[in-house]
Formats: sequence, C-alpha cells, structure tokens
Amino acid sequence: MKLPAFDYAAPATMAEAIELLERHGGDARPLAGGQSLMPVLAFRLAQPSMLVDIGRIPGLDSIEIGEDGVRLGARVRWCDILEHPSLRSVHPLLVEAIGHVAHYPIRNRGTVGGSLAHADPAAEMPGIAFTCEATMVIAGRAGTRMVAARDFFTGPLETVIGPAELLVEVRLPPWPAARRWGFEEFARQRGAFALAAVAAFYDERDGVAIGVHLGVIGATGVVQRLPGAEAALEGRPVDAPGIAAAVAAARAEVDPPEDAEASSAYRRSLVGTMVERALAAATAR
Amino acid sequence: MSNPPPRTVRFTVNGKPAAVEVEPRLTLADCLRHALRLTGTHVGCEHGVCGACTVIVDGRAMRSCLMLAVQAEGCTVETIEGLGTGLDEGGAEALGPLQAAFRRHHALQCGFCTPGMLMTAHALLSREPDADADRVREALSGNLCRCTGYIGIVEAVLDARPAYQAGAPGGQPATGGIDRTG
Ligand SMILES: Cc1cc2nc3c(=O)[nH]c(=O)nc-3n(C[C@H](O)[C@H](O)[C@H](O)COP(=O)(O)OP(=O)(O)OC[C@H]3O[C@@H](n4cnc5c(N)ncnc54)[C@H](O)[C@@H]3O)c2cc1C
Ligand code: FES
Ligand code: FES
Repeated sequence: MKLPAFDYAAPATMAEAIELLERHGGDARPLAGGQSLMPVLAFRLAQPSMLVDIGRIPGLDSIEIGEDGVRLGARVRWCDILEHPSLRSVHPLLVEAIGHVAHYPIRNRGTVGGSLAHADPAAEMPGIAFTCEATMVIAGRAGTRMVAARDFFTGPLETVIGPAELLVEVRLPPWPAARRWGFEEFARQRGAFALAAVAAFYDERDGVAIGVHLGVIGATGVVQRLPGAEAALEGRPVDAPGIAAAVAAARAEVDPPEDAEASSAYRRSLVGTMVERALAAATAR
Repeated sequence: MSNPPPRTVRFTVNGKPAAVEVEPRLTLADCLRHALRLTGTHVGCEHGVCGACTVIVDGRAMRSCLMLAVQAEGCTVETIEGLGTGLDEGGAEALGPLQAAFRRHHALQCGFCTPGMLMTAHALLSREPDADADRVREALSGNLCRCTGYIGIVEAVLDARPAYQAGAPGGQPATGGIDRTG
C-alpha cells in the first residue's frame, strides 16, 4: 500500500530534531533506517503528521570500545556491527546475534536505535540489550538521561522514550574475554524473525557457572530473562545434568502465546531446545 | 491532513544527475518508476519482504520501497537500467557479466524478481568478489523468486565472480541529466 501523507524534515542537529518533535506533540515520529517504520506506514498502522529524519545529525553513528564496555550510537547500522574489525572478539554474543537480523539489504539501513525504540520482542537487539543489562542514553530538551534495559522496555513495541525524546546510545557492560556464551535461533527462513532464540552466557570459576544469564527472544510476547533456568544452573557445572535442569526450568517458566505461526506448546518446547543448544555451544567456547 | 507541498530532491541515477519534484511520502521505488520512468525496478510487496525493488544506494543494496525519495538527497543510486555495459557493435544492449551469467544458467523465468536479484548480487560481488555459495545464499535470502527454485540463480552469481575479481564492472558512463521538477 502507498504511504499516508506526512511532512518531512531532516534537521542537522539534535536540538533541532527534539524541537521539531516537541512542536508536533505526539504526532511526529523519528525516522532512522525506516526498515520498521516504513512497513508500519505502508500498512497504515500509524499516520504521523511529520517524520523527523535523524540521518543528518552528526555523532550518532560511532562504535566505541573501552574499559567500560561497548557503546553503540543509535544510528549504527547492522552492517556496521557485522563488518567491524574487532567487535566480534570484543563482544562475540552481540555480533553473533546481529548476524541473525533480517536480510542483507535491510541490514544496510536498519539501525540499533531504531530496533531498540521499536522494541519488537522478536528482535535480536532488544533481547541482547536486555540480557546483557545494557543502559540506554536518551536525549530530551532537558538533557540526557540513562535508563537500564529492565526499565526501558515497558511492553511489546513499548518503551519509556517520550514523544519529544531520542535514543542516542546504548551501552553494553564490559565482556570478559574468557566468558562462555551461546546464541541459538530458530526461524522459518534465513533472516526471518525468530520463532524462538536464546542468548546465554556465564563465567566459569572452579568448574562451575557463575552469573548465568539466559534471555529469550521471539517466543514470548516480551523480552525476558529465564530466572528459573538461570537459578537451576547457577553454581553448578555446565554438564549434561546441569543443562537438563536448565532446559526443564525454562520450559516450565515460559508462557508463549498461541498465534498463526506456532502453538504455545511448540514454542515452549522450542525454548527448551534453544536453551540446550546455546548452553552446549557455550561449553565448547 | 492536507498533503504537504512537494519538494525537489536531487540525486544521481546510473551516473546521471536527476532532479525530481516529490511528495515527502513518495518511496524511492515509486519515484524511480513513475517520475523517472525507470520501470526496471519492480515493486512486489511494498513492505520489505520480497526484494523485487532492491537498488544500490551509495554502494550498498537497499530496499527502494523502504526508503523515501527525499532520503535519497545527494545519494548515488544504481538501478537495473545501469547494469548493462552499453550497446554492442550491432546496436543491441549488451549484458553485463552478471546478466549474461543469469541467461546462461536459466536463472530467470517470469523475470519479476530478476532486477532485485541482480542488484543484490551486483552489490554483493562488488564488495565481496570471492563470496562463496553459502554467502551468496545468505545475501539473496531476502529476495523471493516464485519460479526458478533458486539453484540457477546461485550458480549464475557464482559463475559471474571472475568478472568482479578482475575489477568490479561498473554501470554506464554519465550522459545528460533528467529533470522532472516541472
Ligand atoms: C523483511 C524484514 C525482516 C526483518 N527481520 C528482522 C529480524 O529478523 N530481526 C530484527 O531485529 N529486525 C528485523 N527487521 C527490522 C529491522 O531490523 C529494522 O531495521 C529495525 O527494527 C528498526 O530499525 P530502523 O533503523 O530501520 O528504524 P525505523 O524503522 O526508522 O524506526 C523504528 C521505530 O523507532 C523509532 N526510532 C528510530 N530511531 C529512533 C531514535 N534514535 N530514538 C527514538 N525513536 C527512534 C521510529 O520512530 C519508529 O517508531 C526486519 C525488517 C524487515 C523489513
Ligand atoms: S517491493 Fe520492496 S521488498 Fe517487496
Ligand atoms: S523468475 Fe519469476 S519470480 Fe523469479
């Protein structure tokens, strides 16, 4: 379908962009890569009066790697992450997960900030930000504020970003080089949204798993961790019985919705399988 | 709301400067097809899933249905019309190496998906001339073909690699501009 009518501006500064958003109340929408917003407009699920293209604002597209972790500017594209010379060794989980995002041409435009703001529970970046306990930097008229991932996502396709605010950066905490990790995804087609994906990581001390993080993407209506499965594995060796305990706990604690893609029971089973594969991959790394 | 006034957008298409008057809501795909009459770029789903509309913007494959024409301001756009290598001695349009490989491998039937397939593959091989079969399949995973079954398409792309390894075949040289500002 053709897009509804809207006005368009491509401001050259952050202050101008925020001013424009403010002036239009809730009726203006930021435009980043457009890889989610354009389909939303084509289906007329939204009819904003104005699109504020953030594509010409300087300073939003850097990838910074430091002692305090990885900082991704809101306008960093999927292709920038995948082609970065050192990110794969600095934060392997991030790069592995982003390799599952959409298709080649879409990865050339889609951005980190757009994905986090869109907050699709089946999208990889929100899942990684949530599982890794990232911090979002949000800019508004009064300056910037920091929001922890657990407070940032308020529901499917919902975040705490206000109508006159912009997400400017996401900060992922430092990633120890020896950390064990796995990312497993099941989708019907390469590049399609996940029916279920699991991000797993832990540190190993004296043969047992410490700080177990298990995040599930796509299978349930929200981005979520698996606290039961994490507890089942915490302080234990990641061997066959440990993995089996985590899988059983994961299947027991998720409550996937039933939809046209899959039944609830199928998705629950799939979550367990993804946990099993992600942990098996982690032990081998 | 009443339609916001059109504005002029300027970009380069297949080496030629273009200036077009567009409504902000016009997609790049519709701008190419309707305003510039470059109808080789096909429009299937209009929401990013089929890949028929894929063009190359600033050297990278992109969905022209998921991009506004106004966002192309100052960009370099390449479409299927620029993929040939000009006219041969007989005055017929000469096929570029990727197009010739598609013909050799029967990589098209109805041809609806073909412009998107070719532009995606052209962008890929221009950046990664040594792409292997797995990489080619991965890059083409967002381009749907309802006719061929893909095997010929992947073979054709792999077969075109030597031409790119020898130095990326470009589009046509610039001749004259297109002005559609009215
Ligand atoms: C066919 C197809 C398959 C896809 N498959 C996947 C997939 O498997 N996994 C996946 O994760 N994604 C997938 N995507 C979505 C893609 O990754 C998008 O690029 C991404 O979700 C949104 O990024 P964007 O830059 O394109 O944002 P846009 O579409 O420009 O914006 C999305 C939303 O965020 C808002 N916004 C954008 N930037 C900001 C900002 N800085 N501050 C505040 N608000 C902002 C916009 O107003 C809009 O509401 C797919 C898309 C398509 C078309
Ligand atoms: S028409 Fe653009 S992807 Fe289908
Ligand atoms: S040749 Fe018919 S859709 Fe591909």
